[in-house]
Amino acid sequence: MSNIHLHYEVSGEDFTRAGEASGSVKKRLKALGYNTDAIRRVAIAMYEAEINMVIHAEGGFVDVDIFPDHVEVLLSDKGPGIPDVEKAMQEGFSTAPDNVRNLGFGAGMGLPNIKKYTDDMRIETEIGKGTDLYLTVKVKEA
Amino acid sequence: MVVKDIIDILQGEVICEGDLNQEIKTACGSDMMSDVLAFVKDQSVLLTGLVNPQVVRTAEMMDMACIVFVRGKIPDDSIISLAQTRGITLIKTRYRMFTACGKLYEGGLSGGTAV
Repeated sequence: MSNIHLHYEVSGEDFTRAGEASGSVKKRLKALGYNTDAIRRVAIAMYEAEINMVIHAEGGFVDVDIFPDHVEVLLSDKGPGIPDVEKAMQEGFSTAPDNVRNLGFGAGMGLPNIKKYTDDMRIETEIGKGTDLYLTVKVKEA
Repeated sequence: MVVKDIIDILQGEVICEGDLNQEIKTACGSDMMSDVLAFVKDQSVLLTGLVNPQVVRTAEMMDMACIVFVRGKIPDDSIISLAQTRGITLIKTRYRMFTACGKLYEGGLSGGTAV
């Protein structure tokens, strides 16, 4: 089976739509018959990253490659970059503005959650240029 | 416990009807969606005081069957239609978060974790 490639543009203007790409990938994986645990891990990690993109970087794009034994996701934005990745990885550390907290996010759990649910996570970030987040989720037999 | 039992226990009102006979095993009460996303358990209900579409999206990612809005909060049409397309039941209850969680716990639902 060759891999399936999906591409999504994530709008930075409408917070209420954040999560549409993740929901769509979840649906696709379900239709392809992947196991629930793997689907959920992809969906949650991608959703947190999508939210981050909308909160911090005015949107960007997502590339998803679906292989038989793993799923690769690249989330790329042209936002401000992450000054201190180590700090951003700490649970509870957040630079999100108050209006985002009122929406239920910005608790400093985004990146820690993404790390928790993926098998591999890599951040390439440059101040003023943007951030590329590479995620891999292995599909284990249920 | 099934979704119908939650409606009874919380004297709730159904705002969007999904599968009312779906079994619910655990519950999570929070207004912070990232805290909800840190918790993965099968067949859960989400109790929240937060009313926006991201509540439904969070439940969608977590495969949750049911969302309870506490303290009489009413979701708007965009939230209801999002839940409809995902088959998620929305319930409102006049109970506050603490009381609603307590009643469900008393009814036999657990948090699903040791701590």
